[in-house]
Amino acid sequence: MTKELEFYSKQVARGDMTRREFMGKAAALGVSAAVASGMLATRVDAAPVAGGSYKMGVQGGESTNSQDPATWASDVPIAGGGLWGETLVQVEADGSVGGRVAESWEGSADAKTWRFKVRQGIEFSNGQAVTAEDVMRTMERHSNDESKSGALGIVQGIESMRVDGDTFELTMAVGNADLPYLMSDYHLVIQPGGGFDNPTGAVSTGPYMLENDEPGVRMNLVRNPNYWGGDQATIAHYDDVEVIVLNDATARTAALQSGQVDSINRVEPKIAALLDRAPTIDVRSTSGRGHYVFIMHIDTAPFDSNELRLALKHALNRQEMVDKILQGYGSVGNDMPINAAYPLFDDTIPQREFDLAKAAEHYAKSGHDGSPIILRTADGAFPGAVDAAALFQQSCQAAGIPLEIKREPNDGYWSEVWNVQPFCCSYWGGRPVQDQMYTTAYLSSADWNDTRWKRPEFDEMLLQARAELDEAKRKEVYSMMGRMLREEGGLLVPMFNDFVDAVSTNIQGWSTDPNGPQMNWQAAIKTWKA
Amino acid sequence: MHPIATLVAQRLALGLLLLLAASALIFGLTEILPGDAAQARLGQAATPESLANLREEMGLNRPALTRYFEWLGGIVTFDLGNALTNRLPIAEQVSSRMANTLFLAFWAALISVPLAIVLGLIAVRYQNRWPDKVISGVTLASISLPEFMISYILIFFFAVQSLGWGLWGMLGMDPVAFPSFASISSRMSLGEKLWAISLPVMVLTLVVLAHMMRMTRAAILNVMQSAYIETAELKGLTTFSVIYRHAFPNAIAPIVNVVMINLAYLVVGVVVVEVVFAYPGMGQYLVDAVVKRDVPVVLACGVIFAAVYIIFNMVADLVSILANPRLRHPK
Repeated sequence: MTKELEFYSKQVARGDMTRREFMGKAAALGVSAAVASGMLATRVDAAPVAGGSYKMGVQGGESTNSQDPATWASDVPIAGGGLWGETLVQVEADGSVGGRVAESWEGSADAKTWRFKVRQGIEFSNGQAVTAEDVMRTMERHSNDESKSGALGIVQGIESMRVDGDTFELTMAVGNADLPYLMSDYHLVIQPGGGFDNPTGAVSTGPYMLENDEPGVRMNLVRNPNYWGGDQATIAHYDDVEVIVLNDATARTAALQSGQVDSINRVEPKIAALLDRAPTIDVRSTSGRGHYVFIMHIDTAPFDSNELRLALKHALNRQEMVDKILQGYGSVGNDMPINAAYPLFDDTIPQREFDLAKAAEHYAKSGHDGSPIILRTADGAFPGAVDAAALFQQSCQAAGIPLEIKREPNDGYWSEVWNVQPFCCSYWGGRPVQDQMYTTAYLSSADWNDTRWKRPEFDEMLLQARAELDEAKRKEVYSMMGRMLREEGGLLVPMFNDFVDAVSTNIQGWSTDPNGPQMNWQAAIKTWKA
Repeated sequence: MHPIATLVAQRLALGLLLLLAASALIFGLTEILPGDAAQARLGQAATPESLANLREEMGLNRPALTRYFEWLGGIVTFDLGNALTNRLPIAEQVSSRMANTLFLAFWAALISVPLAIVLGLIAVRYQNRWPDKVISGVTLASISLPEFMISYILIFFFAVQSLGWGLWGMLGMDPVAFPSFASISSRMSLGEKLWAISLPVMVLTLVVLAHMMRMTRAAILNVMQSAYIETAELKGLTTFSVIYRHAFPNAIAPIVNVVMINLAYLVVGVVVVEVVFAYPGMGQYLVDAVVKRDVPVVLACGVIFAAVYIIFNMVADLVSILANPRLRHPK
């Protein structure tokens, strides 16, 4: 037991594990908190230092941003909101679900009814006590008929909700074993009274409090002195945090190089290796669940022919894409939206190889008339989308497939091209669990079914897996679904992209979190300055 | 009424008409753009249901003409309304952004205009000799580089590589790198703000210098061919006082014109510099609003920009008239 803890404490020292995680592991090993923190104090010299300020330069902020969590769609509001706001639960770095506003939770045997016990004695940053009523009202605001929330698609399946003392109970129309994961969605920040009265008030239970908000410019936050998660030596070590909007890539790297900010997100792959050579900067890349796609509507000619789809899948040189578009900061895709970063991933599914002979063979079998196949792309579809389309065109040409590229304007791409045109470039940010990813885009009834994948047997498997509490069985069903999509689906997945962050070397306690960039935006909570 | 006052009144009335036309044009163009504010906000996360809810709330379901005249009704009572996207009052946002834009433009103008004119005078004095060639060469080179390129070069040398460090040492001060971005806020003191905008001011100065300097040089050289200059020279005046006392007053009209164009540019045309230095000015605000299809904000910014151009042009014309006795006292 001691040996194990010692290993963990060394990890903490190296910054590979946070103190909080260490305490969790210690608790799991049956060590009391007092003993464990004593161990940490004696064995670890690099203990967190309280104080100082943390400045992050973040791409993805506009002057049109709002503090209403329902509207969040880009990185800056999500980054700042994740500091002042807390959800019921959160997906941890290891893929498990950790409690935030909820202390504990349990599901019924059919996974339809879920009870979340609200942490007792905690307060919103305005001093108001948090009740189960606030939780219910929050969910109501995001799911009612007037909802404009970005989480509407996630909370749509709720049948009924009620409050039972300090417990929030919700019943889903269909059982969902992953429901706690859904409650971790960043839009679902618990607000007083559900935020009906003041959606943009920026009041929640997070470790920092919003002090100043200039949309599209910066946010200033200060430590919440009443944070339930512990004092400044335990968690959220900084006195204040500044989120600075730096949309220009060069401005971002220059700000980090000149020491004006402590970390930046979205380092361009082409400069990442160069930046890493700077003595005061570490580039940290994290493989996540985000992926780039070429998507075909399988109900539209010529993409209704699976032979043609297979021809295109074989003609795609995935390794070349990873090397040239991502400069190695990513991994090859396998024509399914799931990779090893997901829980219950089946790693025995064979990798699709680049094979021009097979591509030509499938193309001949498809009986395509040789008219140009048009792939629509735009710079905004994903970083490097235009170049990726050009690479794909060349490898298709080698297989005799007449692929043509049509470049579309960035402006209006998501309303006029994506999910409208039969073949285009796009990306997915990924979801914490397989069920959510498949439900979002591959269920027959999904609004964002951008490949028009409508298979009753697939839907059935998805619902079966969703309510299945036996993990081995779920894994098997997910494996079958993945294989099915890989073989017949309308998505070509050239690559999964890493989150590439850069951080100043005086920041301690940095660890990787596949759920999002910048330690899933928890860097200001979990790191400290040496 | 004095003819100048009549002229000003006429120009003002014409300016208002132009503003009205500009607002109609901008509104029409935003209508042509694909998508609307609801779609832009929800993006990839849109469902038909949430789109419909949002359109209803933003009032996008109503006919375009109704929306335009409502906006027009608001603006004649000086009410710019609220932004569609974050529901903040536009007037508040615009005034703080405009203050930032004017702040940057003011300091850039304060340095560049006198500098350009003095350099122009020097170039005339040493026409075709080495000072003229150096001044022309350097300013033409800097205007030929795109703004973002100059910005990146300055950031690289003065903020990242701190090439200026030796300079600080020579001045006997501790070396300090220039700030690489300039997101100023109302919480900063004037000194902090000025320090923050040092690099953008340098960039803008380099960008506008050549145009004004070359115009000053050309206008004065043109006047220098006149007979009365020859008389002044024959009187035995020094070259500088000939230029300053006799040539410059007669060259003021074209110089003021080009200065005004450059001032207008410093106010409305610096979006690239704003992006590179993350400066919270009007340009950045307008671009964000266009991307998010926030029509009331686009209209507000567009009309303000148009007004700036109209006013600066009017001032340029007035100064030209006042500087020219023949125009000042028409027959």
